[in-house]
Amino acid sequence: MIRTRAAVVVLAAVAVAAAACGGSSDKKSGDASASPSFNPVLDKNAKVTISIDCAPAANKPVETKQWTDDIAAFHQIYPNVTINSKPMSKCEDPAPFTAQLKGHTETDVFYTYFTDKNQVLDSGEAADITKYVTPQTVTNLKDIQPAILDINRDNGKLYALPRTNYTMGLVYDRAVFKKAGLNPDQPPTTWADIATDAAAIAKLGGGVNGYADYSANNVGGWHFTAELYGLGGRMVSQDGTKAAFNTDQGKQVLQNLYDMRWKTGGIGSTQMIKWGDPQAAMAAGKLGMYIGAPDDITYMVQTLKGKAADFGMAPMPGGQGALVGGDDYYFKKTDTPDQIKAGIAWINFKLLTPGKGQFQYDRNKTGGLPVGLPEPEFFIQGSPSQKADDANKQASATLPIANFQPFLAVSPTPVVEPPAAQEIYKVLDNAMSAVLTDKNADIPKLLSKAETDVNTVLANQ
Amino acid sequence: MTDILESRPAVAVSRGKPRARRRGRARRSLQGYLFLLGAVLCFALFSWYPMVREFIMAFQRTKRGRTTWVGWDNLHRIMADPAFWQAWRNTVTFTVLALILGFAVPFFVAVLLNEFRHGQAYLRILVFLPVMLPQVASALLFRYFYDPKYGLFNQILHFFQLPGSAWLSSKDTALLSVVIAATWMNMGSATLIYLAALQGIPGELYEAAELDGAGLWRRIWHVTIPQTRMILSLMLLLQVVATMQMFTEAYMLTGGSGPQGSTLTVVYLIYNYAFNFNNFGSAAALGVVMLLVLGAFSGVYLWLERRVKEA
Repeated sequence: MIRTRAAVVVLAAVAVAAAACGGSSDKKSGDASASPSFNPVLDKNAKVTISIDCAPAANKPVETKQWTDDIAAFHQIYPNVTINSKPMSKCEDPAPFTAQLKGHTETDVFYTYFTDKNQVLDSGEAADITKYVTPQTVTNLKDIQPAILDINRDNGKLYALPRTNYTMGLVYDRAVFKKAGLNPDQPPTTWADIATDAAAIAKLGGGVNGYADYSANNVGGWHFTAELYGLGGRMVSQDGTKAAFNTDQGKQVLQNLYDMRWKTGGIGSTQMIKWGDPQAAMAAGKLGMYIGAPDDITYMVQTLKGKAADFGMAPMPGGQGALVGGDDYYFKKTDTPDQIKAGIAWINFKLLTPGKGQFQYDRNKTGGLPVGLPEPEFFIQGSPSQKADDANKQASATLPIANFQPFLAVSPTPVVEPPAAQEIYKVLDNAMSAVLTDKNADIPKLLSKAETDVNTVLANQ
Repeated sequence: MTDILESRPAVAVSRGKPRARRRGRARRSLQGYLFLLGAVLCFALFSWYPMVREFIMAFQRTKRGRTTWVGWDNLHRIMADPAFWQAWRNTVTFTVLALILGFAVPFFVAVLLNEFRHGQAYLRILVFLPVMLPQVASALLFRYFYDPKYGLFNQILHFFQLPGSAWLSSKDTALLSVVIAATWMNMGSATLIYLAALQGIPGELYEAAELDGAGLWRRIWHVTIPQTRMILSLMLLLQVVATMQMFTEAYMLTGGSGPQGSTLTVVYLIYNYAFNFNNFGSAAALGVVMLLVLGAFSGVYLWLERRVKEA
């Protein structure tokens, strides 16, 4: 009798599981979008719940309140949508991020960096949202730079929508410039100028360095790439199969750093610097310049309590090109069509509409958040969205916008990261650390070795 | 008396029924197995299953959501990676240096502590304190100590009119600097274990040695070392296995690779493959290679140990 009952229970469980599997396959995002009656706009009668990560953590009360207010405002428009937010103090940490992709535990709409595209697509966790993203669902779609959307495409399919973006430039401390007798309104634009100014700053003494650069944790290679792009070079060949940095420009990148470290004295002896180190030094008034992104200034002002008026930005030395970076939101493969539609509606409201969500600058100003940074800048120059956004930003600026004018005055070609970026950066970390730590560093030899190693990396892709 | 008489037939009956006895034994065994179940499940879920998965993943590759069998490809890929041999070279060098410092220093500190008649408890706490500090905090402390300009170590060297060192900022000294920091962070536990072993040595042996005119070194050589050989050999094995898997110290002190890859270790390379390069196949393959190397070392070591004992 017991055995019979157990068999019935097992059969029932199998039947339920089979039904569940059948149900889930019906829900797959691609299937519904393929139907001829497909409508990308969310039906306001359909009850939907989505989870989304990278909500502000409790230690950021102003941003948390803004997030909650935005959800309430969004709920007014879509009362049928429930958003479960996952607060995070750091939106992405490589190890937990990789683990959640492996464990399929990411939220329905999940945060990534631009550089994570291959990882996310290889994990098979991303939904194709191409057919959901239309001018009906993303109001200012025509104003978003195609190059930014292309970062999130693969084989013509769109997988994510941007959250923020940036191009890199020279971050400098105006107060330190003044102390060294330099004109902060005329920051250096070439590496020769940087070397001269760095040497002048280093002469201040008291632990002040003129310039600093990364050489550890793969960010050394990242900066080599940014600096090479600034000089007009490229990391890999057009087809992405061969290293292309063993050139005069590549040599110049390393030579500039070597000279500042060992000859002209603009770079200090403490090396193996990684992200966070130059920001801490600059916020403390101990560093003149480094290559960085505009949001480093937010970090220095908000977290490190540096004085906003002290920081300025200039374009990438050389001005030929600038490395593009940023972050975005992907949609989980198992999302239902309604969840994808709801997620896009939320992103459109919170992240892609001038005057709303992240672009509601008057609210940021009231909350004491820094306003005026030259990012995000994903709207096409001269488009209605860009004009509206700039006007709003200027009206509520809390940061001295004039300090970023040198950066904004130049429009270098935005260049995306190379394929197998992290592996290539690891290889170039060695070259960067060599010129900054070894007085006998042989630059041509270092580049040749790096070229061989990167070719091996690319051949193994 | 009546009780005894009454109980006897019962015993006799139970002896006469092996089935009932077996049932009783099975019940007792079942209880034992139930107690074991938690630990077995934990090991199965968190140790054995991941190991089996690692072996499987070492022969797989995932691209665009599709996992395929690639045979020995992952092994070929990691062996073709220029960082592979550098990581092994660094790991072996680190292990040798860590053994010279990390094995000998705690032992001699323990011998020294054992000689103190007063204040031993306080000294034990002092030696053990670094172990109680989180490794990350200790590493940050050492990063400051090693700063070429403002660090404590160069200040001391300058005080004695000696030239400073670049410490972590030079490919020649970075690995040694990591070894010194790692030894300081980890020697407390080893010292306490050696001290416990030393305190188990009968005092008469030292008295007899002293009566025979043995000095400190002869006592250590002829009494202490033979008496603690068991624990010394066990600690040697454990330390080799632990130091070969060094990660945190290098990651925190030099960002992992160090100047020109001078502190790149095998475990950091595994971490890089998995979490920075999203290449779990290569990470698993290198993990399996590491497991086999350590397994082979442990096997040979235990075999030699047995041979020495038998001799």
